[in-house]
Amino acid sequence: MEFKDNLPIYVQIKNLIKKKIASGELKKGEKLPSVREFSTKLKTNPNTVQRAYSELEREDLVFTQRGLGTFVSEDEKTILELKKNMASNIVKSFLHDMIAIGFKEGEILDLIKKNIKGE
Amino acid sequence: MENIVEIKGLTKSYLNKKAINDLNLNLEKGKVIGILGPNGSGKTTLIKILTGILRQSRGEVLIDGEKPGAYTKSIVSYLPDRNFLYDWMSVEDAIEFYNDFYEDFDKTKAYELLDFMKLDKKDKVKALSKGMHEKLNLTLVLSREAKLYVLDEPIAGVDPVARDQILDAIIKNYNEDSTMLITTHLVRDIEAVFDEVIFLKDGQIYMQGNAEKLREEKHMQIDDLYKEIFAE
Repeated sequence: MEFKDNLPIYVQIKNLIKKKIASGELKKGEKLPSVREFSTKLKTNPNTVQRAYSELEREDLVFTQRGLGTFVSEDEKTILELKKNMASNIVKSFLHDMIAIGFKEGEILDLIKKNIKGE
Repeated sequence: MENIVEIKGLTKSYLNKKAINDLNLNLEKGKVIGILGPNGSGKTTLIKILTGILRQSRGEVLIDGEKPGAYTKSIVSYLPDRNFLYDWMSVEDAIEFYNDFYEDFDKTKAYELLDFMKLDKKDKVKALSKGMHEKLNLTLVLSREAKLYVLDEPIAGVDPVARDQILDAIIKNYNEDSTMLITTHLVRDIEAVFDEVIFLKDGQIYMQGNAEKLREEKHMQIDDLYKEIFAE
């Protein structure tokens, strides 16, 4: 993974894990890689991965079991909430971009419908 | 936090040019610290003073509370930016050489790292490619149980695969009891490994801070910050 954005790396790691939880690639209750493993894989400082894990824990998306590791939340509601939040952010940023290039609400809706139908 | 390195008013002059100019710096224990700067910024001079190869013109340097000398050399493991092994040696000889030389050398760890780096102990030092050479040097340096590791340009001029192995070895061998000081001008490849970064410019600290905090404040990666600082 290459870190390119203007975001701190722990935020990028958080986003990566959130995406995997939302998509179901990481299932509820599934164990995350250990900090050491993940930091080696990402070629990043272990403290950075630790910070990402701690913040995800604060957001209740993961939980830590002493001596066993870090696991994805088992609460379906939390995961659903995460998906909703992520979707809402994607839509907001999409709308922002569309409005910035001069599209109106109705036009945007039409365009989305057409694209979904594959026209 | 305890400091492993404390530097006060450090100056190093060559004739009338100041390579290091009244530099003050404290390095905390247990961190991976990047010293960033282009050629001629004073990186290598600073490192040579820390490793006891050069003597300062003015100022004070303390490593684990002591001036550079026999004690500090026993707790500082140094990777120079050039080769330090003899051509006639095999990889195995090099390990024995280090084992004889340094009390804190861990031979078991050295062979594990050698394996990880995919190096053969029968290979001759003379026959190693640049990347393999760098991997061997790093194996030796990281196999010491040092308090301070000083790595001068550890990834300069090696291919991407060797570079990844070197980064892996650095991350795997990092622990809270030791400090790693890494100089580089190849910031993009290695910046994610740093806790702290120090930008050196004209022998002085231009900027210093926690890498993540700097990314947050400046809204850019350290590599972009580096380009901005050293662009002129």
